[in-house]
Amino acid sequence: MERKLEALLEDHPFLINFPKRYLSLMAGCAKNVRFATGRFLHREGEPSDAFFLLRRGRVAIEIHVPNRSPLTVQTLEAGDMLGWSWLTPPHRWRFDARAVEDVTAFALDGACLRGKCEADHELGYQLSKRVLACVAQRLDATRLQLLDLYGLQP
Amino acid sequence: MASSLDSRAFVPAQPMLPRPFRVLENRKENHDTFSLRLGCADGPKPFDFSPGQFNMLYLPGVGEAAISISALAPRPGCVLHTVRAVGALTKALKTLKAGDALGLRGPFGNGWPLEEAEDGDAVFVAGGIGLAPLRPALQRVLERRRRYKRVILLYGARSPAEIIYSRELRRWRQSGAVEAHVTVDRCAGDWKGRVGVVTNLLEGMYFQSGKSTAFVCGHEIMMRFSAAELERRGVAAERIHVCLERNMKCAVGFCGHCQFGPEFICRDGPVFHYPRVRGRLAVRAL
Repeated sequence: MERKLEALLEDHPFLINFPKRYLSLMAGCAKNVRFATGRFLHREGEPSDAFFLLRRGRVAIEIHVPNRSPLTVQTLEAGDMLGWSWLTPPHRWRFDARAVEDVTAFALDGACLRGKCEADHELGYQLSKRVLACVAQRLDATRLQLLDLYGLQP
Repeated sequence: MASSLDSRAFVPAQPMLPRPFRVLENRKENHDTFSLRLGCADGPKPFDFSPGQFNMLYLPGVGEAAISISALAPRPGCVLHTVRAVGALTKALKTLKAGDALGLRGPFGNGWPLEEAEDGDAVFVAGGIGLAPLRPALQRVLERRRRYKRVILLYGARSPAEIIYSRELRRWRQSGAVEAHVTVDRCAGDWKGRVGVVTNLLEGMYFQSGKSTAFVCGHEIMMRFSAAELERRGVAAERIHVCLERNMKCAVGFCGHCQFGPEFICRDGPVFHYPRVRGRLAVRAL
């Protein structure tokens, strides 16, 4: 079962070309999860004890606003990685994540992975490089969003 | 391959003389954007243009502005412009009703070189009102759908309420002829689509270099980032075309307002091969 999971993990864009020797370690901390439309993958303030590699569906990253509908700041799709709060203290989710379509994903146990990364810094480095690439890409996108490009004159 | 006539630029017989036109319909697209369907005031006459060209719309006593032609003619003699009300002239255009008169010079500029995309993928990237100058190009490609492989539209809007041509987008998507992807910058409520910048729509897409051609229109910043992402995804720089709209005033390269290095955007553009302008777009003072 774990070997099958390892093979599936290897195909996920987040882990493409990830060192093979670490894939079984990752698989040991991973499980398949499903979320029906409308269900939350996580909510703001809850302990962040996992991250997700999305395989199918769409997830909205939301922030709740008193007395009005939540604001969606970004959506993530199949192939995306969701969540890095598990990596940095205080290990709590900063936003809500809600399935806007039925979602299937790999959930990776953050506490388990943090322990393995502490024990093997090469694993920590390989994983952090990939998380950082996601963070950088989303920061770039957020900066463009802040510019309100479509509201400006060309 | 198509003949070179496909991307020829049509030119008016008397470029400085506005011709009288009448508003046939003024349709609201969103809170500040509207589409004017215009017809020649002295009866239906053919209005030839190439997708990507623009007209100068003139209101006596108010002024004149360059506005892209935003659809293939729904009927012979009609010309359609989608306009965002942001300045004195465009706000005045927004108040026009069917039967009102205005002046029109054009068409001017070059067009999208759609024949370059034949036998390969055609990728359209639009931001906000930037979908308007791309729409006739997309319509032309769909008229000749068999000449192209994948036809992809990536469109970013500010919010779901500001998406323009939503009925046509739905029709394109349902027809299966276009892979149409839409994203918005922000939303609340029951929007089920994507949220994020338009470049995010390119994630997971890879194109065959030399076989894919991209047509990009929107704010210059958005075009810079889109071009960089398209290159990263395999589209060769020389197959990326962008539409510039800086300071066009006379439309014929006389006044110099739109001079961009050695070129005039109104006369030599507004569509440019990206490598031709990339360096100049990076010049901060230009």
